[in-house]
Amino acid sequence: MKFKEKLKQLPGSWYFLLIVILGYIIISIISTKIYLASLVFFNQIILKVIPIFILVFALMTLSNYFITPKFIIKHLKNKGLKKWFFVIIGGILSSGPIYMWYPLLADLKNKGLNYGLIACFLYNRAIKIPLIPLMIIYFSWQYIFVLLLVMIFASVVQGVLLNKIMEEKFKKIGDKKE
Amino acid sequence: MMIKLRGMNLKIKNNSIKQSALKAAKGLWMAFPMILGTILLISFISAIVPKSFYASVFRNNYILNSFIGSLIGSISAGNPITSYIFGGEMLNQGVGLTAVTAFLVAWVTVGIIQIPAESAILGKKFALLRNVTAFILAIVVAIITVLILGVML
Repeated sequence: MKFKEKLKQLPGSWYFLLIVILGYIIISIISTKIYLASLVFFNQIILKVIPIFILVFALMTLSNYFITPKFIIKHLKNKGLKKWFFVIIGGILSSGPIYMWYPLLADLKNKGLNYGLIACFLYNRAIKIPLIPLMIIYFSWQYIFVLLLVMIFASVVQGVLLNKIMEEKFKKIGDKKE
Repeated sequence: MMIKLRGMNLKIKNNSIKQSALKAAKGLWMAFPMILGTILLISFISAIVPKSFYASVFRNNYILNSFIGSLIGSISAGNPITSYIFGGEMLNQGVGLTAVTAFLVAWVTVGIIQIPAESAILGKKFALLRNVTAFILAIVVAIITVLILGVML
């Protein structure tokens, strides 16, 4: 009974891993050749990513230590073009699950942060500095450099676009009320 | 620091280095089963699917490739580390760079699973518009990135 309860409490990702391991056990019975070939690939990938994970862990620790929500919120209160700049930087530096940021952003919206800036912040959260070493291992630094620049540009495009659409929505609501 | 939202007081703490390390370790541990499972799955796929298969699915059509990549990235969820490993290995198997880029960008910018939470807190229209534009922008970002790289390299 206790084992069943513990099993129920397991996050979905552990079920995924268990299913894959079960699949490997079945394959080892059906075809040893495919099983061994898969393990060779697995070994190659693991050897490639383990040293990077140590670096990722160190960078994540530093990012958690220096970049706190308090630090980001303080800088999001800037005005004009500076605001866009700090929203981009804030999005890039922010860490933790995305849903953790929704209440904070809703609070900032009440204090004057518009929808476009919120969208821009959320888009830039996709850029994870501690994970850049892992990206460079799989891709190249030129690719990462270009991709990050294009993504920052896209975040501003999305922000401006959403601002226009959301403004029109409120304008229409205002017109109807009149 | 305290912020007030809809009658709730949210406390934001400053982290110590130990807490920061624990938070980082927790984040990686949470992602661990998904990463390990993905690596095992990729290894199995690499062993059974010939490289020529990907070349036949992802032909020289930038828009279609990035659309497929963005679609797969949008419906996938989890730690971005998983997407980098998956995307990188798919690239090694012969999948085009536009498809992989759109997949990576959509994975981290489109959040279908978070839509209910995002709608409840930031508004339904905002959540839907943000995710739809993020999906389209993943395709645009992929094409522009590959075009720029093509000029650069």
